[in-house]
Amino acid sequence: MDFAEVSNTAMVMAAVVYLFAAIAHAGEWSAARGLDQRERRTSPAQELVGAGGPGTVEQPEAPDPRVERAWLRVEKLGRSGVALTVVAFAVHALAVVTRGLAADRFPWGNMYEFVSTSLLFVVAVHLVLVLRAGQRWLGLLATMLATVGLGLAVTVFYVDVAPLVPSLHSTWFLFHIVAAAISGAAFNVGALASVLYLVKARAERRGDVRGYLARLPSAKAIDLLAYRAHAFAFPLWTFTIAAGAIWAQFAWGRFWGWDPKETMSLVTWVLYAVYLHARATAGWRGTGAAVIALVGVAAYWFNFIGINLLVSGLHSYAGI
Amino acid sequence: MSRDTAAPVDSTDTTDAVEPDVVGGVSAPQQGDPAPTGARALRPLEWLRWLWTNLTSMRTALALLLLLAIAAVPGALLPQRPTQPFEVSSWIEQNPTLGRFYDSIGFFDVYSAPWFAAIYLLLFLSLIGCIVPRTRVYLRALRARPPRTPRNLGRLPASATATADEAVADVLERARVELRRQRFRVDVRDDSVAAERGYLREAGNLVFHLSLVVLLVGLAWGALAGYRANVVVPVGQGFANTITSYDDITSGGRFDPESLAPFALTVDRFTAEFETGPVQQGAARVFEADLTVTEEPGAAPYPYRLEVNKPLAVGGTDVHLIQHGYAPRVTVTDGDGNVSFSGVVPFLPQDGNFTSAGAIKAWDSRPEQLAFQGFFLPTAVVDELGPRSVFPDAFEPQLFLNAWYGPPREENGVPENVYSLDVTGLTQITSADGDPFRIRLEPGQTVELPDGRGSITMDGWERWVKLQISRTPGLGLTLGAVVAAVTGLCLSLFVRPRRIWVRARREDGGTLVEVGGLDRADARTGLDEQVDELAQTLGTREDEASAPAQDAGRGANDDGSSPRRAEGHDGGRDDGGERD
Repeated sequence: MDFAEVSNTAMVMAAVVYLFAAIAHAGEWSAARGLDQRERRTSPAQELVGAGGPGTVEQPEAPDPRVERAWLRVEKLGRSGVALTVVAFAVHALAVVTRGLAADRFPWGNMYEFVSTSLLFVVAVHLVLVLRAGQRWLGLLATMLATVGLGLAVTVFYVDVAPLVPSLHSTWFLFHIVAAAISGAAFNVGALASVLYLVKARAERRGDVRGYLARLPSAKAIDLLAYRAHAFAFPLWTFTIAAGAIWAQFAWGRFWGWDPKETMSLVTWVLYAVYLHARATAGWRGTGAAVIALVGVAAYWFNFIGINLLVSGLHSYAGI
Repeated sequence: MSRDTAAPVDSTDTTDAVEPDVVGGVSAPQQGDPAPTGARALRPLEWLRWLWTNLTSMRTALALLLLLAIAAVPGALLPQRPTQPFEVSSWIEQNPTLGRFYDSIGFFDVYSAPWFAAIYLLLFLSLIGCIVPRTRVYLRALRARPPRTPRNLGRLPASATATADEAVADVLERARVELRRQRFRVDVRDDSVAAERGYLREAGNLVFHLSLVVLLVGLAWGALAGYRANVVVPVGQGFANTITSYDDITSGGRFDPESLAPFALTVDRFTAEFETGPVQQGAARVFEADLTVTEEPGAAPYPYRLEVNKPLAVGGTDVHLIQHGYAPRVTVTDGDGNVSFSGVVPFLPQDGNFTSAGAIKAWDSRPEQLAFQGFFLPTAVVDELGPRSVFPDAFEPQLFLNAWYGPPREENGVPENVYSLDVTGLTQITSADGDPFRIRLEPGQTVELPDGRGSITMDGWERWVKLQISRTPGLGLTLGAVVAAVTGLCLSLFVRPRRIWVRARREDGGTLVEVGGLDRADARTGLDEQVDELAQTLGTREDEASAPAQDAGRGANDDGSSPRRAEGHDGGRDDGGERD
């Protein structure tokens, strides 16, 4: 088996294992959901069946063994989700590295390579959160994103290993594409956090935080993580556009030509600028800003997939 | 103006507890609506002022940014006239009603449309309206002392107490030294030390927004005084940089044709290689043009290898290799038996396999003029789809032409498209059966035209390169602005201002040291730790200073930051720092 075959097999395997991880995390969420409802129902039951003590229905002093067991199940499912994610991540990393070895260059030459590398960064951020801060609540969304993204990569975007076209022979191309991949990963992490923020903030507003949501950090803390991801990504995205412009100046003699890709990059940039400003403006803070962040990530994805596949421009090269 | 007295920070403080300059929205304050409504009409000056205040408000800036994002989208989805004129025409042909409507509102040239310009100009006006007052506020804050120590340090988001044996002054001196070491700006007052750091945040914020204005100036300068021209040069031929030798040129209003750099170059060789393997077959792999460059008349010529990402810079002008194609070399003999045309004729590539279209015009032919139009196919196949090229490299070059003749015409000086033939006044040459006479040539072959009208020979083929000659003044300014913008952005996002106060007083024979801290930006961690450490450095930490300690336990599991500190903002942020 040569590197290319190893890479292809590993990429498919990674997508499948991410799927299992996503299923485990989904189980974690749903187990917690059942738990909460059971807690309400079982407490009166316990009172009836129990040894006769006037146990408080609202706040049972002694932990209900069934609740304990349910929490344990949630914990087990969550941990297996993380374990599966670690396995998938290792296989995924192997796939990306062998892809580079097979092509004898950095594996960022086309959509397939870009999306697989970028998702590797997304999962890396998630795993860092798990290992360094014990936060695994991004697990469900991160593994779902990785599953769908890698699935798209191996089915729709896939191209065989090939050398680069001459216009990609540039140092600035490296800077441009690495910055794009990392900032894209951070934007996606930010978007995942923003989704959870919207869900959690809604529950908090209704005073109805139940199930797995209760295990999430406060909406404010989620918002802070989202902000950090975006604040990290935004300067990097600015640099991505700047490096692309410098490269364009070398390749085409104009640093900005309103190519569809350039335009959508700017649109994405402006949307995230709106996000950062909105976060500091009364009336837009919170939900408004989170929604704008999601619009921003939609623009990012449209720029990546839509522009490459639907619109012809200077970025349509290398097959896909 | 009112903004002078009301710093942006203050205004937002009233609306919310969180620091307003999280990213540094450089907007002017949004304090109460300054428009006197109702009773009487506004005087012009008041009206202007009302307009200005609203234009420079953060809400307007946000709306304009969103509008800019939305307005730019049509240009990404629809073909644009400056870059894709033919696609625009065919789009309008296919959707006549919608196309004409789009055209009338400028959707096919979005980035030159007045409404697009209006949005970004208003945005920049709003931006300038924010930078100026904020710069003034910032400069004043730079000279001001760190804010006075709040009365109750325990109410700050982070606080700790300790006891020490030394005198109050000694403790404060140690606090001063320690905070100086941590690069705080320190101010010692009667019984306390006030310290602040992170001034670079607002500086970065201002630099970023200012850089955007400079960027716009650089862009405008380049667009006004610069130019971009294209020229097709067949291999073996040369080009002198004069405005008449360009095939086309776009230039700004301040472009001076006399200022062209007086260089000349010849294209000695052009190498193109394409992928022949199974993966991405036909994709470009190597483009190299070998040039001989003469910088100015009389200068020593030197060789230069021009590649896609390696432009030639000569006399402030850039020469880029942007396209290449094929040019058949043909000889036309007229009905009188004289050679009426001989040379290379560039054909324009139509697809990725370089099916190339072009026209050969032998206007000197007598007794009748001859002209040809058709295709050059580098790797020709003829199948049910007709003649076409199946690979971009020249493995099986063939020329497919139709021929026309007509009476000699006066040269009228009207420019004509060199790549296509205007057949008005010409008659197509037909074969005996009445069908158009079809010519298929391989290198070295000659075809005689019917009825002794002449002949055409394909002698061979050459490649041509399309060179882009451009000059963009202000490029350095633009690049500098971008570098400054990214730097400023990083500062404004990653520098996190913090304030720390230390108060000491004699109590029970010892010195009681109180330390309090406040973060002035979101998303910062480590405030508790710093306050605790400082307290420990200054004295023996007291156990009862428990509030932060409790939090620290929870914080370890809880991302360590905001909920608790954000709550603290409400009570703790009554520092008078920004109010002069």
